Amino acid sequence: MIAQKDLIRVDNGDPTKETFVLNLGPQHPAAHGVLRVLLTMDGEWIQRAEPIIGYIHRMHEKMGENRTWAKFLPNTSRIDYLSAMHYTHAFVGAVERAAKIEVPERAEYARVITSELNRISSHMVWWGALLLDLGGFTPILYAFDDREKILDLLEGLCGARLTYCYYRFGGLYNDVDDAFLKGTRDFVTHMRPRLKMYRELVTDNIILRKRLMGIGPISGEMCRKYGATGPVIRGAGVAYDVRRAEPYSVYPKLSFKIPVHPEADSMARYLVRMDEMEESLHIIEQALDQIPAGPFIGKVPRVLKLPVGDTCYAVEAARGRFMVRIVSDGKEIPYRIKLRTPSFSNLSLYEEASKGMILPDALAMMGSLDLVIPDIDR
Amino acid sequence: MNPSLEQLAGQFTRLVESGPAPVAAVPAGAGPAAATPAPAAVAAAVPPPGPVQVVDFALKGFHLDARVDSSLVVASAEIMDQAGFGLDAITGVDWLAQNEMEVVYDYFHPTSPLRVVVRTRIPRVSPEVPTIGGVFPGANWHERETHDFFGILFAGNPNMKPFLLPEDADFHPLLKDYKP
Amino acid sequence: MHLLSLEPIRILLYLFGICAFVGANAAYLVLAERKGAGRIQRRPGPNEAGFGGILQPIADGIKLLAKQVMVPPGTDGLLFRAAPLLVMAPPLMCLAVIPFSDSLVARNLNVGLLFVFSFGSINVMALMLGGWASRNKFAIISAARVVSQSVAYEIPMLLVVITLLMVTGTMDLNEIIGQQAGGIWHWNLFKVWVNPLMPVTFIIFFICMLAETNRAPFDMAEAESELVAGAFTEYGGMGFGVFFMAEYANIVVGCSLATVLFLGGWQSPIGVLSGGLWGAGWFLLKMYGLIFTVIWIRWTFPRTQFYSLLNLSWKILIPVSLFTLLLTGAMMKLPLVFNQLF
Repeated sequence: MIAQKDLIRVDNGDPTKETFVLNLGPQHPAAHGVLRVLLTMDGEWIQRAEPIIGYIHRMHEKMGENRTWAKFLPNTSRIDYLSAMHYTHAFVGAVERAAKIEVPERAEYARVITSELNRISSHMVWWGALLLDLGGFTPILYAFDDREKILDLLEGLCGARLTYCYYRFGGLYNDVDDAFLKGTRDFVTHMRPRLKMYRELVTDNIILRKRLMGIGPISGEMCRKYGATGPVIRGAGVAYDVRRAEPYSVYPKLSFKIPVHPEADSMARYLVRMDEMEESLHIIEQALDQIPAGPFIGKVPRVLKLPVGDTCYAVEAARGRFMVRIVSDGKEIPYRIKLRTPSFSNLSLYEEASKGMILPDALAMMGSLDLVIPDIDR
Repeated sequence: MNPSLEQLAGQFTRLVESGPAPVAAVPAGAGPAAATPAPAAVAAAVPPPGPVQVVDFALKGFHLDARVDSSLVVASAEIMDQAGFGLDAITGVDWLAQNEMEVVYDYFHPTSPLRVVVRTRIPRVSPEVPTIGGVFPGANWHERETHDFFGILFAGNPNMKPFLLPEDADFHPLLKDYKP
Repeated sequence: MHLLSLEPIRILLYLFGICAFVGANAAYLVLAERKGAGRIQRRPGPNEAGFGGILQPIADGIKLLAKQVMVPPGTDGLLFRAAPLLVMAPPLMCLAVIPFSDSLVARNLNVGLLFVFSFGSINVMALMLGGWASRNKFAIISAARVVSQSVAYEIPMLLVVITLLMVTGTMDLNEIIGQQAGGIWHWNLFKVWVNPLMPVTFIIFFICMLAETNRAPFDMAEAESELVAGAFTEYGGMGFGVFFMAEYANIVVGCSLATVLFLGGWQSPIGVLSGGLWGAGWFLLKMYGLIFTVIWIRWTFPRTQFYSLLNLSWKILIPVSLFTLLLTGAMMKLPLVFNQLF
């Protein structure tokens, strides 16, 4: 129940200019997960959209303080379950950086291949869900068909379909086998024409273009002030990608473009993600060509104790910049793990960006931000 | 406009020298002292030898580590804003053994690879830091979350209500002496 | 005296017949839509209940009937309960004048076209009642959208129909069909010597029909991803079932009207085999062809933006339909002017 004093009234008592409060409640087909947005509306125009989060808050950061470093690995997959590999990568990367653990090249290449496959599958979910929000019911089934192939590949590799826990400190859980490598090559061959079909049938569709072009402008300056990263900032014309800014793993050895679109509207963010999928296919192909033979895990002490101090490690997850900050006091249990998630910062600009927008446009913009609520709430 | 590390280090050094000395890491029980490093026997992070330090990225994941007094966080945010940095995260660390809380500000730059970390230490009892929401609007949410977890009050933040925790929560889970 | 020639008996039989036709259509069009959707989405659609899913509508019907019909507190009880009835009544009435064959028509009024359109406009009022009586903000927003959308799309539809009236000269539906006898090139759709833009007229009519029946891509009223279920949010069980059935009944009425007006009704496309049951067969074939197109469009396109929808009507369809009206009038008068001059 909203208290009378909390209602925003701009009418000076004039009933024709009254606003009402609409709850895009935690259970809503358009909120991608349990997100509540408190909308103060003037007819169909939004005066104020306040996201209220915390409905799936599981306190991963506290869980990081009462288990050993290795036991926290499964948690990392569950923060953003759609691009779980990236999140595990950041955590193992942080620990490896602090403990100076060497990772063999084969493991690094396998990490890149699996991470990029995960990026594609995450973008497929985003694409299907965005079109579902806009009323196109069919593309999500095609997207999930492609995603099924990725999930089958990764299941054969590490046994899990969604919440992988494939990376370990120093390398991988088990080696990539030839079946996986061949299956990935086949997938790349299969996916390229599919992306072309999606571009022709969906991206070039006049109704979709009208729904997304010019909608939800988010400038590069706003992104910087709010810390919004990933396709949000790349769709605003700023070429910021953690794989180039803070190179990690074997990305320096692979050549890939950073797709940037300067229009800063929902269509730009949409096109950035579609282009990113093509680039991921390109990266996977190069990694498949360059992957060497060798060990798949390095030497790690049996009881892992990190030196005293704090360390950061950032990766380019499917949604943006994911950073892990670990603070160690020399014990085998972390002192503090901070998870800086991209959707949290991406959503923080929603209140300012959606002022004065009409409701369907605001929802299209929220879809183009690619939010995963467990990522926001951790 | 890509900032240079030396320039930023210089700016921060001048800022730190202009204001009050940052609260040094001292064991619990001792009074606040002026910038003397803590004895290594205490299980705590080893504070940097000087307040502003350029560190090895390959080891730490950031380039510049600046420790400022809590009254200087807004000024340091302004330095970052003018240099074109974006706000990455704000978080807290509870140093129970030293009776202090640390607030850590992470900054990233959209067009250069530099990473800057600004820290401040505040007393553990009724901790308070001014808000940088005027410089970086994105700080509002990070500060609300840090308040939720640690109870740190960000003076000037208009919305210090529970964010991730339930609306009627009056506890702060990430405190080291928190008993559920 | 033969029992069937007694007027009250005939009317009763047609009443049951139409209700049965609408009921069966509403039930099995849902199945057709779901299976069509499935095929477009590369999946089978319902295929568990009965052979190939044929008993699915019966299962759905039983489920809906078994649900508790809840009237939320605070709603306007009478209007809330009346809205489903009011939304089901107009299509049933409209079907009373639609000729399925040269002898299969319930009541052949000589103002049949006017009758259909006057009852068609009641449909939007019933949705508005349902939305308003639900005491739910989503429902009210949806009701407001339905009203503005329907008002916007009534106008080009009526303009297009007036254009057609100028061509046919009569409002009697059976006569309109009679004028289209002789084969596919006699259908109103292809009468380009009277109205060169006749196919455009048909497309405008089709688009307006999609918008009037709230079908995608014009389904703002029930845009699930924004307004949960729009005007029907608070209805459960059979109340929701009736709204659903009424939507399909409206589609049936709209498509049968398009068939009658543009595609020759029960006339066969080859000139022969037009009478009696053959006529009914042709009519149903054309009507279901149009319904299939309606289903196909729904699952292919995303939803338009609300203001784009209104823009389409006010800024594009109305000027074009006005232009075709003037063009048709000019084309019809041109021979007379010619004769006068030469």
